[in-house]
Amino acid sequence: MLITNLTILVLAGFVGFAVISKVPNTLHTPLMSGTNAIHGIVLLGGLLVIGFAGNGVFNKVILVIAIAFGTINIVGGFLVTDRMLEMFKRKPERGPKDGEGE
Amino acid sequence: MILAASFFHNENFLRVLYIVAFGLFIYGMTGLTGPRTAVRGNRIAAVGMAIAVAATLLWPGEGNWGLIAVGIAIGACIGVPAARRVRMTAMPQMVALFNGVGGGAVFLIAWAEFRNTHGYSGTATYVAVFSLFAAIVGSISFWGSNIAFGKLQELLPGRPITLGRPQQLVNGLLLAAAVLLAVLVGDGSHSQLEFVGMLLCAAVLGNFVVLPIGGADMPVVISLLNAFTGLSAAATGVALNNPALIVAGMIVGASGTILTNLMAVAMNRSIPAIVAGGFGGGGQVAGASGAGEAAGTVHSVSAADVAIQLAYARLVVVVPGYGMAVAQAQHAVRELAKALEARGVEVKYAIHPVAGRMPGHMNVLLAEADVPYDQLKEMDEINPEFSRTDVALVIGANDVTNPAAKTNPGSPIFGMPILDVENAHQVVVIKRSMNPGFAGIENELYFKPNTSMLFGDAKSAVQDITSELAGV
Repeated sequence: MLITNLTILVLAGFVGFAVISKVPNTLHTPLMSGTNAIHGIVLLGGLLVIGFAGNGVFNKVILVIAIAFGTINIVGGFLVTDRMLEMFKRKPERGPKDGEGE
Repeated sequence: MILAASFFHNENFLRVLYIVAFGLFIYGMTGLTGPRTAVRGNRIAAVGMAIAVAATLLWPGEGNWGLIAVGIAIGACIGVPAARRVRMTAMPQMVALFNGVGGGAVFLIAWAEFRNTHGYSGTATYVAVFSLFAAIVGSISFWGSNIAFGKLQELLPGRPITLGRPQQLVNGLLLAAAVLLAVLVGDGSHSQLEFVGMLLCAAVLGNFVVLPIGGADMPVVISLLNAFTGLSAAATGVALNNPALIVAGMIVGASGTILTNLMAVAMNRSIPAIVAGGFGGGGQVAGASGAGEAAGTVHSVSAADVAIQLAYARLVVVVPGYGMAVAQAQHAVRELAKALEARGVEVKYAIHPVAGRMPGHMNVLLAEADVPYDQLKEMDEINPEFSRTDVALVIGANDVTNPAAKTNPGSPIFGMPILDVENAHQVVVIKRSMNPGFAGIENELYFKPNTSMLFGDAKSAVQDITSELAGV
């Protein structure tokens, strides 16, 4: 199991480098917030731990907080990235209406 | 993992769902390479996330539904409005905050894992190792991000807060203590006191690492902490045998590392130097105040003068900075540019890689004001053009135009690539006052003979120019 996991870990690292190094400077802020949303995937960890062994009040409390944190991370991150990227997208559509600028 | 045979089928199906999920993450990220495909890319990644969450909830044996619903509901109630309401100027602190909660989730999960397994008894050693790594890094990331948020939101002073020289020693000791405690816990001590002590050491370390960092370096730190959270998520994935977590975490780790590096290069700063504290720590503050002596005469002009200069120019390059964004002047700038274009003046925007407070931040802010992105020129593209530029209009940008970066080896920003604004025939700087910028360094540009200063709020100053322009 460990070796399989480590294999995935290393390969994913290289894939990450390959994909991300192609992103242009213009999109670095959305990239940062988009990848930020992706690490909200720790939510899965919270769901698994609480689902299988969430015993004791204290454990339940910290896991609910962890799930809330993970959800904020995912939902907030993707929404805010979407808002930013929409601004980039709508430009070509509105451009002609703006007149001389184009 | 002893599960009834009938579940195996199901479980394999769920594993396939995980593979679909991380495939969508990677595919979505490739969409981010262009403005046109980026929205779709982000949504594809979000769909991947939804699939990963669904697969986890379907996992055989999953339970505690009520608590899960409560947690998700709380998270959604906080996350959705925050993401919808945040201003584009406040994006760096929003990213810091979202990053922080991610780190927080990581260390809380590790803690619960520790308690559930009664100190990792009966689990493989590697589970303990990766879980403890995640706990330390997650805790550093949580506290560090919160401090970064506090500084950018100006809840905390932006100036470096440091113990001075002993700081690095203290940080080193804290890290050593955290690792030592982790080794004790991992070695089977089962002591919750030691686990909490480890979390505390990492928490204090997270605070101490970020507190001494000046406001200007903060985006680099956020990016670094983003990478940290990603790595800690990947470590959590190894501990929980969850490939979706591993892949997603590593992608974030890789992107955070690349971005951190790019930013550090754009600011000519080394990552270790930034983490080691401020702009070289205590010495910087003295240097900054001393630089004020180098002043000369400043030419102050009126909006009407600027309007005339702009009206008879052929090429105007706007150099926007964070000051413009804070004053919410981007729409006013867009209006001015339209008025100039109507007169046949060519308008371009010079975007420094770290304009704003994050790489690409200025592009987002100008996109918000509907500035066509083919008018946004990156530094390498625009720098040769300044010599044929009639007027360079600097709005709220400071350090990225400071010639000291090229001429003064004593300057803290010496060696940082800058926009060669001073090569333009005329330079007009719109600025609130003569106060130095975010990095606290005097700007020689303001004292050049071809530079004139228009003092005032960026938004109203630009609006004044636009209305004066109508009368020229």
